[in-house]
Amino acid sequence: MTATKILTRNFERADSHTLAAYRETGGYAAWQKAETLEPAAITEEVKQSNLRGLGGAGFPTGTKWSFIPKHHAGPVYLVINADEGEPGTFKDRYLLERDPHALIEGMLIAARAIRSATGFVYIRGEYIEPWRRFSAAVKEAYDAGYLGRGFDVVVHRGAGAYICGEETGLISSLEGKKGWPKLKPPFPAIKGAFGAPTIVNNVETICCVPHILTRGAAWFAALGTKTQGGTRMYSVSGRVRRPGVYEASVAITLRALIDDLAGGVTGNGRLKAVVPGGSSAAILRADEIDVTMDVDGLRNAGTMAGSAGVIVMDETVSIPEALMVVARFYAHESCGQCTPCRESTGWIYKMVRRIVEGRGRKDDLDTILDVARRGAGTTICAFYDGAVGPYVSYIEKFRAEFEALIPR
Amino acid sequence: MTAPTVAFSEAQLAEVRRLQGLYPDGRAALLPALHLAQETFGHISLEVEEYVARLFDLTPAHVHEVVTFYTLFFREPKGRHVVAVCHNLSCHLAGAPEIVAHVRRRLGVDVGETTDDGRVTLQSVECLCACEHAPMMQVDDRYELDLTPEKVDRILEGLR
Ligand SMILES: Cc1cc2nc3c(=O)[nH]c(=O)nc-3n(C[C@H](O)[C@H](O)[C@H](O)COP(=O)(O)O)c2cc1C
Ligand code: SF4
Ligand code: FES
Repeated sequence: MTATKILTRNFERADSHTLAAYRETGGYAAWQKAETLEPAAITEEVKQSNLRGLGGAGFPTGTKWSFIPKHHAGPVYLVINADEGEPGTFKDRYLLERDPHALIEGMLIAARAIRSATGFVYIRGEYIEPWRRFSAAVKEAYDAGYLGRGFDVVVHRGAGAYICGEETGLISSLEGKKGWPKLKPPFPAIKGAFGAPTIVNNVETICCVPHILTRGAAWFAALGTKTQGGTRMYSVSGRVRRPGVYEASVAITLRALIDDLAGGVTGNGRLKAVVPGGSSAAILRADEIDVTMDVDGLRNAGTMAGSAGVIVMDETVSIPEALMVVARFYAHESCGQCTPCRESTGWIYKMVRRIVEGRGRKDDLDTILDVARRGAGTTICAFYDGAVGPYVSYIEKFRAEFEALIPR
Repeated sequence: MTAPTVAFSEAQLAEVRRLQGLYPDGRAALLPALHLAQETFGHISLEVEEYVARLFDLTPAHVHEVVTFYTLFFREPKGRHVVAVCHNLSCHLAGAPEIVAHVRRRLGVDVGETTDDGRVTLQSVECLCACEHAPMMQVDDRYELDLTPEKVDRILEGLR
């Protein structure tokens, strides 16, 4: 299977971020069409398209929009998650830098569907160039009269904290607080930013929306599988010949993505393992890559599509060392609110490091598995489950490699 | 009451008020205002926290809690330049440990420290989401990509 360029169709143009270039390639025609549609009709079209959230959880987008209370009197907010931080993921950076008007147009349409007059775009603090590019596009859109007539966009910068990518953490952070996630329910669609009904969507998710409007839900649905429409942007890194962003159907296999699009495995040329959906996804062995990359395909394979950050490891890579790096990340980024998450992430990192440094003990692996699993599903947010995925899968699938490091 | 020794200019105060006006609750402008404070005062001392707290009608404790939560806010004076080398998985696979070791040797400081001449603060950080160009680092506002020791040397020499 090959690449299908929809979201990335203009990326080769040097001026793709400008309003002129965007208009030349049909930009803002979807918004013109949306203006003639009833909000419910827009939501229905998005439902029919089988678009599923591309930020991590894969929730059906149209369904999420329909959770906004019907006759709500006060404000409703649209919040765009541009806090891209999942290790191995870099697609939203490309969209913000190379097609910012697609996000603005998608926001206009989404805002009409949920009857929102204000959208916030939360961009991670380190993304300075993407923030400049996107802010310049927002200014162009105001000057051209797309924004400021019933819908305003506020660009907000984060300040360095992975957990602010989690939607309720993001909302806390947007409100000027530390980015502590909140227990759900209530879901943001009922009580979100500033206490109002709020839809949080990923950048890429919203960039799909104009295409659904112009070319139709059936066309979009047919690009993918029975349960997920469209293409998505895969971030491929690690030991491959051509690391980069590749757009293809959600029905592409992991094998085709690595071999055909990213040019195959480097290092010693032989694949050992792949993380298919950002560092929080369970790892796959080389013999497990004949899976499709859609949400359900990867779920059935015991892992997750997540953010579609694909990290490739050849046979020369040490899996225990890779887990040590991943465990250090989770230990550093836990927000500290829940005891199992705060304690286990720190403790497991130390254990894995000890093993890698040749100071492990015979029972360490079972202890890690036991501790990791016991906290799963008990915490306020999905961060901890996202850490358990790698802890358990790296050890279970490559146990002999860990054991070889433990002195007898 | 002691007079504050840190203060924004009139133009900056107007900017803070503009930022506050963008949100349904002005307190949401705290992060943007702290970014502005750090640009202005170099780092966010307790004194700056108190000053910003007054502007926002928040307790200094609240502002302190926020400042300490985020990695981009500095509570101690930092160097004129900040070099943040990514040490997460994709960069690790591409040789980040060697890059970190190389930068440490070249600067003569450990991770988390600032050179004696106040030129550079060195950090090692989690994924900056440019993994297709691993190993990489952030130098102030810029992403520096596809690093080699030679490229690192050239970049460090350019920092005055
Ligand atoms: C720990 C954690 C980190 C997350 N980080 C991100 C992120 O960086 N970007 C993102 O869009 N979603 C992230 N998510 C998912 C969001 O919580 C949320 O599901 C998503 O933004 C919804 O948008 P979507 O439905 O369009 O995917 C994260 C979730 C968790 C649990
Ligand atoms: S699971 Fe971890 S990151 Fe999420 S709220 Fe609890 S302590 Fe914070
Ligand atoms: S791992 Fe270094 S930029 Fe992602």
